[in-house]
Amino acid sequence: MKGTTLMELRILAPTGALGAGFDADALARGLAARPDVIACDAGSTDSGPAALGSGTPKLSAQAVTRDLRLLMRARDELGVPLIIGSCGTSGRDAGVDWVASLARTIAAEEDLHAKLGLIYSDQPVQRLQDLYDAGRIQPLANAPEIDRELFQRGHTVAMMGVEPLQEALRDGCDIVLAGRASDTALFAALPHMRGADPGLTWHMAKTIECGAACAIPPSANGLLATLRDDHFDVTTLATGTRLTPRSVAAHTLYENADPYHIAEPSGVLDTTGASYEAVDERTVRVRGARYLPADGYTNKLEGAELVGYQTVIIGGVRDRVVIDALPKLLPAAERYFHDKILDVFNGRVDPAGIDIDYRLYGAGAVLTGSEPDPLTPRELGVLITVTAPDQETAHAIATFVAHASSHLPIAEYDGLVSTLAYPYSPPEMDRGALYRFTLNHVATGVTPTELFRTVTEEL
Amino acid sequence: MTTLLDYCSLVRSKNAGPFTLTFDFMCHDQAAYDALVATGFLDKHLFSTLYGADPDRILVVNHPSALAVKVSLPRPTVQGGPHDTDCYAGQQYAPLMDMEIAQT
Repeated sequence: MKGTTLMELRILAPTGALGAGFDADALARGLAARPDVIACDAGSTDSGPAALGSGTPKLSAQAVTRDLRLLMRARDELGVPLIIGSCGTSGRDAGVDWVASLARTIAAEEDLHAKLGLIYSDQPVQRLQDLYDAGRIQPLANAPEIDRELFQRGHTVAMMGVEPLQEALRDGCDIVLAGRASDTALFAALPHMRGADPGLTWHMAKTIECGAACAIPPSANGLLATLRDDHFDVTTLATGTRLTPRSVAAHTLYENADPYHIAEPSGVLDTTGASYEAVDERTVRVRGARYLPADGYTNKLEGAELVGYQTVIIGGVRDRVVIDALPKLLPAAERYFHDKILDVFNGRVDPAGIDIDYRLYGAGAVLTGSEPDPLTPRELGVLITVTAPDQETAHAIATFVAHASSHLPIAEYDGLVSTLAYPYSPPEMDRGALYRFTLNHVATGVTPTELFRTVTEEL
Repeated sequence: MTTLLDYCSLVRSKNAGPFTLTFDFMCHDQAAYDALVATGFLDKHLFSTLYGADPDRILVVNHPSALAVKVSLPRPTVQGGPHDTDCYAGQQYAPLMDMEIAQT
């Protein structure tokens, strides 16, 4: 259709997450389509608050380097931008710097040259408190209560939309390593710059942001989206996988509260009118979604703070008498440990600041409060978790918790028995820090770029 | 006795962010989807009872293109924090599996 004004943009999502791995031949199939941009995320909150709280990535340097090397080579071969968001799992500045250091090493080893853009999303405490004081930090659904001091206690990132990414692209960056970013923004940034339909663009981005998670069977491999004036096609790249209209439609359900209304910083994707049709076994054509611009721009904020340090003890019970007795003995054990803490630490440790938690696996530990069936196991797994303000205290308490828990007084028995089978010596293991998520909020009245800062360099 | 697996090829629970628990009920086919929706089994009352959520904060959405029903509600404990037992919320659907569904 040369000579017409028809638009076609190809967006390659090579993997569901940088470091999760993908088949080299699936990537090659995507590259053969000559995509205009390659993008993927490298993080999520789905693995819990530890990455954001500690700054430590979830995946190994080896796994991330493996994927990044293939993508940097691919980008170089095609001469198109590579956009990676939520670097280092949490998208903290430390995560961006970590992936950047891996990229520098790869560039040197492979003799690759590119302009690198690093977009940082850590939020300084003063800025957050100013926003809070101005009433410009607003809760999203199911948000926890917050106060002004919260921002001092933990670490906060803002989630960027397309605009900081577009600035980096306009500035000529070949590789963009972004802090916390909306997954969809990574795929939507370039199409928006080229004037693609916003409804189709955001729906396309939502469809491919987890890679081939919506393929049958699902995998960590990639998808290719081909965005045209009034529809987009989505194609699965791994051999032996297929897409159906239903599998693509169902991806709007994934890790989302509402499949028809998906919030972005600048508005809401409305998929109510979307339709899905099969082109062939591997390709589905999608049309009909709308984008409803919001009245004002918002950036989501994510925060995590340290709760304490933990030492864990794992044991098991096989004797049915002990299995029956154990849940009834726990309240008495709690009182015993309270007094023991006062005694051992001579009043220096407040028992109220110590949490000693028994999880009885086989008897409802997985569902805790929502277990409807009274389970009576033949064998019981016991996980004891001690949480204290510091690791040394947690460990010290765990040593006598382990000792006492293996010598519980069983009323049915005359004399001492060992009530818990420990697989390890010593039984207690220091687990390190426990964090908690603190924010499910947005910053309002912001410009799309003011919460983020960009640094560029030549590789 | 009919249960969810008579209607569904996949029952899934997930986090939708750290503060929201979400369930997907993917039906075998159009007939199973229509039948499941007609039973009215997946309603706010059920999820309020099982997961302790305020019914006003429970969202139940029928998604005909995906042949799926989706239910979202406040997460009973915040993901990955103190006393959370299921960081990915991946096993929270289990109590629903064996419940008897009255047919209409």
